[in-house]
Amino acid sequence: MEFFRIKKSIPFMRYALFFNVISLITFFIAVGSLATKGLHLGVDFTGGTVIEVTYEKAPELDPIRERMIKIGFAEPAVQNFGTARDVLIRLPVKEGLTSAQLSEQVMTELRGLDAGVKLQRVEFVGPQVGKELLESGALALLFVSLGIVGYLALRFEWKFGVSAIIANLHDVVIILGCFSLFGWEFSLPVLAAILAILGYSVNESVVVMDRIRENFRSRQFRGMSVPDVIDAAITSTMSRTIITHGSTQLMVCSMLIFGGETLYYFALALTIGICFGIYSSVLVGSPLLMWLGLKRDDLVQAEKPKAANEDGAVV
Amino acid sequence: MNRYPLWKYLLIAASLVIGLLYTMPNFFGEVPAVQVSPLRSNLKADAALMARVEGALKKAGLETEGIALDATSIKARFAGTEDQIKAKDVIQTALGEDYVVALNLLSRSPRWLASIGALPMYLGLDLRGGVHFLMQVDMKSATGKKVEAYTNDIRAMLREQRIQHSGLTRDGDAVNIRFREAALRDKALGQIAKDMPDLDLKTVEDGGEFRISGTLKIEAQRKNQEFALQQNITTLRNRVNELGVAEPIIQQQGADRVVVQLPGVQDTAKAKDILGRTATLEIRMVDEERMTPGLLQDIKSGQVPFGAELYYERNGQPVLVKKQVVLTGERINDAQPGFDQQSGEPAVHLNLDGTGARIFQQVTRDNVGKRMAILLFERGKGEVVTAPVIRTEIGGGRVQISGRMTTQEAKDVALLLRAGALAAPMEIIEERTVGPSLGAENIEIGFRSMWMGFAAIAVFMIAYYGLIGVISIIALAANLLFLIALLSMLQATLTLPGIAAIALALGMAIDANVLINERIREELRNGMTPQAALHSGYERAWATILDSNITTLIAGIALFAFGSGPVRGFAVVHCLGILTSMFSAVMVSRGIVNLYYGNRRKLDRISIGQVWKPAAQAK
Repeated sequence: MEFFRIKKSIPFMRYALFFNVISLITFFIAVGSLATKGLHLGVDFTGGTVIEVTYEKAPELDPIRERMIKIGFAEPAVQNFGTARDVLIRLPVKEGLTSAQLSEQVMTELRGLDAGVKLQRVEFVGPQVGKELLESGALALLFVSLGIVGYLALRFEWKFGVSAIIANLHDVVIILGCFSLFGWEFSLPVLAAILAILGYSVNESVVVMDRIRENFRSRQFRGMSVPDVIDAAITSTMSRTIITHGSTQLMVCSMLIFGGETLYYFALALTIGICFGIYSSVLVGSPLLMWLGLKRDDLVQAEKPKAANEDGAVV
Repeated sequence: MNRYPLWKYLLIAASLVIGLLYTMPNFFGEVPAVQVSPLRSNLKADAALMARVEGALKKAGLETEGIALDATSIKARFAGTEDQIKAKDVIQTALGEDYVVALNLLSRSPRWLASIGALPMYLGLDLRGGVHFLMQVDMKSATGKKVEAYTNDIRAMLREQRIQHSGLTRDGDAVNIRFREAALRDKALGQIAKDMPDLDLKTVEDGGEFRISGTLKIEAQRKNQEFALQQNITTLRNRVNELGVAEPIIQQQGADRVVVQLPGVQDTAKAKDILGRTATLEIRMVDEERMTPGLLQDIKSGQVPFGAELYYERNGQPVLVKKQVVLTGERINDAQPGFDQQSGEPAVHLNLDGTGARIFQQVTRDNVGKRMAILLFERGKGEVVTAPVIRTEIGGGRVQISGRMTTQEAKDVALLLRAGALAAPMEIIEERTVGPSLGAENIEIGFRSMWMGFAAIAVFMIAYYGLIGVISIIALAANLLFLIALLSMLQATLTLPGIAAIALALGMAIDANVLINERIREELRNGMTPQAALHSGYERAWATILDSNITTLIAGIALFAFGSGPVRGFAVVHCLGILTSMFSAVMVSRGIVNLYYGNRRKLDRISIGQVWKPAAQAK
């Protein structure tokens, strides 16, 4: 079996401009949504309480909501999840009430409605913790970006580092944009997924760049224009790209299907990340390299002076 | 060309064996058990205690699956949870309240595995159910208390040295001492600077008044806060013991936070109640007139005289104390073990606040030669911590209790006195509770998605790459083995995000093999011989694998450095997964390939699926 029977290099770079415009448009939609709608931050970041309870038979949600309003929560979110018997209650932070009192108070009210209620999970996050988590998340993002640019600049050349990180931050913005646009909950696992994706997609760019460098150095490609060399590199790594990402996606799909509520958004963020990771490394990162004015000399030149230094004997 | 030296094969074989050994304990499951551990340091978990436990169980007719003694506890295993719960009650009644009797789950893995250190992974709270609290210590108040203590010390010192001051107050975190003359101030300044090196002293002059303003030095503040945190942790540990939790975790997090994890605890209300409770301390006078041996006998049989109460010392000695409370624990700023300056014998130094010092001075003046009792009330029960004789009038709020104490006893008493209250108030700023059924569900969910994903990848790889695909999958399985073995060796805590990270690590690890396999195909396509293609496929893919893994590792490390709780667990597994995948994808798969193909002189084709050659079609 071989999926990719490609005879010639696909002229990706010819269409670079077209795809870059598309990228820019999606990017602006994502940024626009983030700016206007913002992210639906989970309790991890905003602070507040999430209580998960299960009933023996499906309860009505309205009385639960009324009870919550009665004990002083202006905007309780009460919803089913999974089955009709499972109820998730989200309560905002309330000044002067400790978590100890809060979950007890809520459970007393719920027991008043139906004695068969069972507490499954409580998550209380104080407002200061939420703020810290958000800050450290942003710091992690920054650290990862700088680390990757640094490593790639060291290993390849600064142009590679810059274009790879722009391509990948483009993915991150699009994942965030999706979460904002569709109102999906942004929680800690989603943040972990985004950071993991950031590392993973750079992977993709690295493979393409590795091949570009190899092509520049090889005799076979001497005299070819830069876009042609990039095209050849992308084409020859194409099948690996699709297969690897496909395999990872198989695993992620499995999490998406079997992972339940907790892993759902985590897997969703990974899915978007993987799909855009392929797209961006091929059609965002590589054109960027080209726009940044990558030349053969950038990579090959490094070896020439070395040879020249050795007693001047150069052939 | 494709041959490994023997040591490489041996290395692979050895790592596989070790991986298998350390992974094994995770598959044996768990058996319900009851864990008995002593509450106090003077009681030990020993053979005698084990005999008592055995006796109690035998009497109740409960069968065990073995009782074992370890350094700090005795663990009895049972066939079912019903027996386990019955046994817990039986043992608790038999041993009384000096022991923690807790329900626990023990690994069913055979003893020889445990003896080589192969233990199962520890399951996180989201997988086994339980409560997690993050508590914030109010450090401002800890500093305030310390400054208050210094205020007393300075007052006492100035009196001793007969240096007259015109006012001494604590204003927030500063002590202010006012003087009428500059000479007096300078004398006091010299003395304070000499005796209290932890204070930062400044002199201020305004409107004919001379003032010294003292604040805690930054370093002393830090030390004091560390101390307060340790003190709170100790107090929390004592309280958690009372809950009967088998493996509680009470740890410092950051400079001013404490994490408390109580696996298996369902009654969160009770847990919070106990953690948040403050034990109270009271100082009362001993009712010596009526504490004659004859009367004590009556008292023990229940006839307590009016206006008095009977309490016991830790060694069981009865003490009759008056009902009237002289001082409560709120008036105690600090209690430290130390030594008597004259006799050199072990002592406990108490530091009272301003009001406390005044009351104490008055009471000691009126009761020289009599005994006073310091009582600790916890769980509604009182206990006499110590009942010393008052030798002289004590002013200034600095109290020393000494006599007939060992250093250890002085330490214990100081701890108990401090345990009366937390060093600084704490607040729960994060709480996560997971029910046991949800925990079990989470395990199932996590593992099911992992196996399904693994199976899907296996089917695809084998269909696409043939025999080489099979080898890739074996390498992937080896990766899983190494990863779980490594996590078990490190005794890492497995959480649901951790399982997700294992799954993701597998999904990403296959990348290395795909890279290699594609490379081999490409070399074959370019007309290399199979042996050469195998060789250069592995060699040339290596640089790419290294590069791409390092970037992923950077992300993993950042996650670990900035993440907290579940994200950290994810990061650990993620990073380890990258490391193991490099070994398994490159070394293990190459080892198998070398073993299978390497020795063949004439290799016409390798089973790597169909290799399509554009050149062949063109011809």
